[in-house]
Formats: sequence, structure tokens, C-alpha cells
Amino acid sequence: MPGPHAILNYTRRLRGPMTNNRTWIPYLLILPSVAFLALLFVVPLVQTIWLAFSDNGLPSLANMRTMAGDLNFLPSVRNTFLLTIAVVPVQVVIALVMGTLVAKVGAGRETILWIWTIPLGISDLAAGMVWLSILQNTGYLNSLLFSLGLIERQTSWLTYQTPVALFIGIAVAEIWRGTAIVMVIIVAGLNQVPKEFKEAAEIFGAGPWTRFFRITLPLIRPALQSALILRTVLAFEVFAVVYALGGRNFPVLVGEAYTWQNQNQNYGVAGAYAVLIMVISLAATVVYLKAIKVDPERLP
Amino acid sequence: MANIVIDRIRKSFGSFEALKEVSLTINDGEFVSLLGPSGCGKTTLLRIIAGLETATSGDVRIGDRSVIGLPPKDRGLAMVFQNYAVFPHMTVYENVAFGLRMQKADDARVKAQVEKAAGLLHIEQYLDRYPNKLSGGQRQRVAVARALAVEPKVLLMDEPLSNLDALLRLEMRTELKTVLQSAGTTTIYVTHDQTEAMGLSDRIAVMHNGVVEQVGTPVDVYNHPATRFVGGFIGNPPMNFIKVPVSNGQVVAGAEQFVAPKEAGGEVVLGLRGEAVELAPLPQGLEMKVRVAEPMGSHLLLTGSIHDQPVRVILPASETVRSGDTIGLKLDRNRITWLSPESGKSYPAVAA
Amino acid sequence: MSSKTVSAASPAGFVSSRRWLVWSGIIALCAWVLVPIYLVALGALGGRQGVYQWPKTGLPTGISIEPFLLFLRTEGVVQSFLNSLGAAGITVALSIILGAPAGYALARYNFHGKDSYRLLVLLTRAFPLAILALPLTVSFIRLGLYDTITGVGLIHTVLALPFAALVTQGIFLGVPKELEEAAWVFGCTRIQAFFKIVAPLALPGIVATAVFAFVISWNEVFAASVLTVRNRTLTAYLLTVLSESPMHYRFAGGLLLILPSVVFIFAVRRYLFAIWGISSK
Repeated sequence: MPGPHAILNYTRRLRGPMTNNRTWIPYLLILPSVAFLALLFVVPLVQTIWLAFSDNGLPSLANMRTMAGDLNFLPSVRNTFLLTIAVVPVQVVIALVMGTLVAKVGAGRETILWIWTIPLGISDLAAGMVWLSILQNTGYLNSLLFSLGLIERQTSWLTYQTPVALFIGIAVAEIWRGTAIVMVIIVAGLNQVPKEFKEAAEIFGAGPWTRFFRITLPLIRPALQSALILRTVLAFEVFAVVYALGGRNFPVLVGEAYTWQNQNQNYGVAGAYAVLIMVISLAATVVYLKAIKVDPERLP
Repeated sequence: MANIVIDRIRKSFGSFEALKEVSLTINDGEFVSLLGPSGCGKTTLLRIIAGLETATSGDVRIGDRSVIGLPPKDRGLAMVFQNYAVFPHMTVYENVAFGLRMQKADDARVKAQVEKAAGLLHIEQYLDRYPNKLSGGQRQRVAVARALAVEPKVLLMDEPLSNLDALLRLEMRTELKTVLQSAGTTTIYVTHDQTEAMGLSDRIAVMHNGVVEQVGTPVDVYNHPATRFVGGFIGNPPMNFIKVPVSNGQVVAGAEQFVAPKEAGGEVVLGLRGEAVELAPLPQGLEMKVRVAEPMGSHLLLTGSIHDQPVRVILPASETVRSGDTIGLKLDRNRITWLSPESGKSYPAVAA
Repeated sequence: MSSKTVSAASPAGFVSSRRWLVWSGIIALCAWVLVPIYLVALGALGGRQGVYQWPKTGLPTGISIEPFLLFLRTEGVVQSFLNSLGAAGITVALSIILGAPAGYALARYNFHGKDSYRLLVLLTRAFPLAILALPLTVSFIRLGLYDTITGVGLIHTVLALPFAALVTQGIFLGVPKELEEAAWVFGCTRIQAFFKIVAPLALPGIVATAVFAFVISWNEVFAASVLTVRNRTLTAYLLTVLSESPMHYRFAGGLLLILPSVVFIFAVRRYLFAIWGISSK
């Protein structure tokens, strides 16, 4: 690691004659985190790519081929995408509803928001177990349906014979857990929209829906964008909730990476899955950045 | 001895030149205001003196010692910030004591100095409170007391009254003057409010676009502005500038003739304070078309034009002039400033 | 509030029905969050009999703390709980020690490479970071970090550090620069000014950031499972014993995972929105 003096000299050369003798301070301050991220983010990133595209130390597409030829590959790609498509929009809608509802409340607002943020502290594994208690054969869902007379005996929802029910169960658990983070980001965004804008629109005759779609939604674009990116990347990482509810009945990408790594001890194929997940995540981020343009000049 | 010498200070932010070779000398015990519109460089200059900003080139000497390169704490100065910068997690007492504590003063001295400063600013009863329980005006007093408690050689004030409401500002201004007169500290006071600068200062340095346009006593700067900018910036209403033709070294205004400065060419700008006129019958007086007449109680403010150029003049409240009238004005010949229409600089005074 | 202006202007029936709609929506959403937690708690406290009770009433009958304590006494549970605490502790310490100075630099200085640094930090968000545990297995084995709590703490710091840097930036921006400058003018060195003025004022926000770093580590499953064999964190332990555990053990595990995070989220609830407002800019 270069010392502060090396960096000082470097910045001197960078900026020409120095008048402020303290420009090295910020570099000294960010240096530890840069070094850390270089060692444990950039290096493993490169290693992952190398793992995926090499075989016995030589560049190769063998791992990619093994991955693509695996029985679980296509189902896991399909399942991951379907889950993301089903889960993320619902989370955003629920979060917007929560944000709109809580804006109409005076007293009790703090408590309501706290209750809604509780799932933020809950891991996907715990969420899986929570919903397992509801969806298992002798669980509360079956009890409810039974007492309503809708089913006659215990029904299984989480087996490979009931893929649709399993999918819905996983999606509900993910929606239950992951909405909190979207809600927090969106409420934080809504808090930054001055009330006067909506009031002005109201005076000029805009109804509640027009106000929402023409005023509020465009103004919280940055929050919406960052919520979508964060949630989508997390949705592609879905793993533990699936495992807790359905075991390996419902293959997803990260689950496959885990299996290849831990059970099959094949780091190369696991790496190939990792690269695939990264590419999908990056692509989604790029799509969101392009699709939801945030023009700072059009924001307050 | 704590005079301050600002010697050819330059400061650029990228390609923007905030200060262009500014030089200024402030004598020991003197109160000097840096006055100018926002963006003129006055705050940057103050921060360079404080050591919070680094000059691109030039020198600052406090008490004949160059302080360039010294951290703020070693410059022997105190400062009052625009937003007060009163530490919210310390009591008023600890805020006022802060500088003394940093100097490792013993408790007895700290107590004596804090009580003295608190007494001067009338904040004794708030000493054990936290600043967020205080009003803006009270916080302002704490900020000033904190600065005075260390008995600094040099006191810097950055728009200290700008966040107060108008009434409080007037009250604090009077009080500041009383307090600082007794302290005898060399003071640099940054403001964009000309009445503050006029009321408080021994001398005013008017700044514009990174340049000091004029340095002088308040009366001097008011009556003899060195540039068109200074005349327009100081005074309310601002000085009027009327472009008039010169023939045979003379300027004609109504029935009166004035000797134009000998440097003047075919035209000259007549700088006229709004109150340096009195009503005169036409055609002896200089003709003014009054567009709006505003009776202000203490005086009558007239907005209109002379020679088709906009002017504002002030007449005694007892005069009756209405909007739309055409009136004649007699100019006070001792209070006319002649300026060059090209450079905007004033000509040396000519004998009337 | 706006409801008052509405009630003055519109017929009372309309207003009360609208208020009724708002509140029923709020209560439904609160129930949506709380009821599943209540149910898993019932499952955790109901023991083996509770699991096979049919049909269930959803009422707290036949529950006791005994089944939960039994679960805690199961071999490996307490140890993995402690391991999780350890990994989270390392994550908190590292992400604050490394992230807060960076946040301070971003908040207070303009320097070449500031934008690149921010880009690096934001870039981590577009990556599923836990996946990076895969190649790290090999390096960690070589470095003796594999199957250690330190190793898990390190990879969790990769997750928490960018967050910590961005959030502390916002927190330091919230401490007016003038306060620091006043401290310099009144005799402080930069370091003294930081510890006397900035640190005390930023402390609550930094504690909130630390709590978030804790929750991030506490909840992480994938990297912890990949990088440990015997020294499992709680999440990794539960994941591996999942398939062979009886149902009520799984519920008890779920409850044990939930409890500390909920307490922590409660502790920082006042900062939640400020922090996310900052970090989503």
C-alpha cells in the first residue's frame, strides 16, 4: 500500500503547483475503504469471471456448457425471472399505497411506519420459515380454508407436484419481506416532495389520480429508480426463502450456484452461475437507469 | 499591535477569479467593513484571512507576521459566523468558554472571561441552557460573546446579522457598536447591507467582482464614490447617473451652469444623490418628469426621468408633488460627482 | 393536517367514508406484516403438539416457552448464535472504521477521483455481492480464513461498507461545516475539531448506520453458508439443518432470527427514513 506521502506526491503531479497543502487528507480517508473494496470486491469479481471461463488454468467455455446443459438450468433461469417479474412490481405498488396512506395520517404515523418497516430486519431465511408455518400441511392457511369449508382435508402447497402453488407461496413470502425496503425508500422520497406542489395542482383542478400520476410520481423518480434497482438485484439473488419453503423443488439461480459449490464441489460451474447472475443484475440496472431517466433539472 | 495587511491576494476557483489582486491595510483597533453584493469575493477574502481558505497567491500579515500557511488556530483571531456556528451539544457557557478552554486557560480565568463576555452581550441568564432552546438573536449574542471571550487581536465577522429579522438587526447593530467600541479590537466585518457598513465602520472597503473599488470612511464613500458601482450600491435610493453634454467646459442644468472636469470629453455623467436637490420653479430648475410620487411620511420619494434618463429624488415631506407632474429641481453644487461615461470612474473634484 | 381542510369543505359522509377507507387500508397492511410473525411465534412456542394440531385456531393456546428453550439447547444453536454475533460485530466495526472516514471525505472535500469513488461504491449495488463468496472460498482456505467468523465478517463488510460510506456521508453533511470551522478558529486542530465537535453530533447517525451493518450481516445467508463448515453462523446453521429438522425447530429458528433484528430496527426507527433518503440519492 502506498503511504500518504506517495499519494501526496501523486496528487501534486496531478494538480500541478499546489497551494493547499492539505489535499492529501481526503485520499488518506478513502484509502482504507478503497483498498478493502479492491481486495474483497474487485479481486473476487475478476476471480469469479476467471473461474467461470477457465478450465484447469486455461480459458474455456466448459463450465458454461456444463451449466447450460444441466437439467435444472432452464427451470432455474425461468423461475428466477418469473419470481422477479411477479414480486418487484407488486412490492412497488404496495409501497406506493403505503406511502400514500401514511401521508394522510397525523397521529400514529410513527408507529404505523415502524410496523411496516419490521420486515426490513428479517432475513429471507426467516421469512421462509415464517411462511412455512402458514403454508405447511397442518398450517394456518389449510386450517382457515378447512374451517371455511373450502377444503376437506389437509392440502399440500409446497411440493414439486404443485408448482403454481409453490411459486405463489414463495412470491408471497418475498413480497411480505421485501416490500419494507421499497416502502422506506419511497416514503423517504415522498417526504422530499413539498406539499405545495400537490396543493397547487389541486387548486388548478387536478383530482387525486391526476395529482398522483402527474405530480407525485414524476417527482419521486430518483427514489423509485433506486428502489427498483436495489429490489431487482436482490430478487435475482433469491435463495433462502425458496430453500426454506420448497427445498430443491423450485430451482433458482443462486440455489444452483450454492448446490454446485457446496454439494458438487464444482467451483467452476458455480462461478458460471455467479457470472450469469451478475450479468443479469447489471443488465437490469442499466435498463432501469435508461428507462427511468432522472433529470436533475426537472427536480425541485 | 495587530494591524492587518492584505497584500495582492488572488484566489481562483478553476477558471473563475474570485479575487483579483486585492490589497488592503487595516490599522490596529480599526473597524473595517467589506461591503459588496453576493459573489463579490468579500467572504472569500475574510475566509482567507481566517485561514479557512487558501489564497492562490499573495500574502496576509497580521501584526507584521505573515500568516499564510498557518492553520486558523495559530492566527490569534476570533470569528463570528453567518449561521452563528454555535455548538449545539454544548451549553451556552461551554460555547463561550470554548476558545479559552482550547488555550488551556485555568478555570478562574475562564469563568471571569465568560461572565464578562456574557455580561456585555446580556446572556448571563442563558449560560446553562443549550443553544437549541435559544432564539436566533440570542444565538447571535452567544456567537459574539464566544468571540469576545478570548480577547482576540483580530475579530472577523461574516454577515453576522443577516439571519436576524429587521427589528432585531437594528437592535443588534447598535449593541455591537457599543460592545466593540469598548473592546478596541481590530475588526473586519463582511456585509452586503450598506446601512450596517455605514453605521458600524471606521472605514468601508466596497468590493465588486473580486476587486476593491473604493476604501474610505462612510461619509467619504457616500459623498464621493470612486466609481459608478459604488455610488449605485451605497445609499437608498442609489445615486442617480445622468449623462449630459459638455459644451465649452460647461454643463447646463436649467438656468444653472456647472464647470465640467477638464478631463471630460463631449459628454459627462452627472452623479447626483437623491436628496441633494430642492424644488425650483421652471424654467430656472432642471426639468424632471415625475412618474410616481410616494409620500413616505418622513420624506417624499419621486421616481421619474431627467433628460429621459431614470432618476429617483427625495424632497421634504411638506412638498406637494403628484404622479404625472413636471417639476423643476435646483442641484446642490457641492454634492455633485462627475464620472466618466466610458470607465465609470469619478473625476477628481472640481472647484465649483 | 390536510384532513381538516377537507372536512371543512366536503360533506361529512364522504369524509368519514374516506377516512374509514384509509384506516382500514392501514390496519390491513399492519396485519399483513404482523400476523405472520405472530403465527411463527405460535409455532415456535407450540412445540411438537402445536405443529400437528388440526385444524389450528390461530389462538395462543397450549403455548409455553419450553419448546423454544429446548431448541436453544440443541447442539450448535447457541454456538451459531454467538458466531452470528461475532461476524456481525466484525462487520459493524470494519464498515464503520473503513466507511466513516470515506463518508467524511465525501462530505467535506472536493478531490480528484471523488466521482470515481462514488461510482465504485454505487457499482457494488448493481452486483449480487454475496455471490463473491464463491471464488473467495479458495483464497480464504489459503489464508486460513475459511470457516472462520473473521472470514464471514470480511465478506459481510463488503456488503455493508458501501452503504456505510454513503450514509455517513449524509450524516456528516448534516453537521454544518461552519461548526467545524468555528472550532478551528477557536484553537482546535483538525483532529481535535473532529472529535470535539463533529463526532458527538454525528454519533446518533453513526450508531444507526452501525445497527444497519449489524442487520445486514445478521441476515446474510448465502456467503455465510458457502464460507463456513463447522463455525456456522445462525443463518448458515439453520439453512444446513433445515431439511432434517422438525417443523417446530424451524419455526423456533425463524423466531430466533427475527427477534434481534426487530429490536434493532425499533432502536433506529427515527433514522430509517433519513438514512434511506440519503442513500437513495
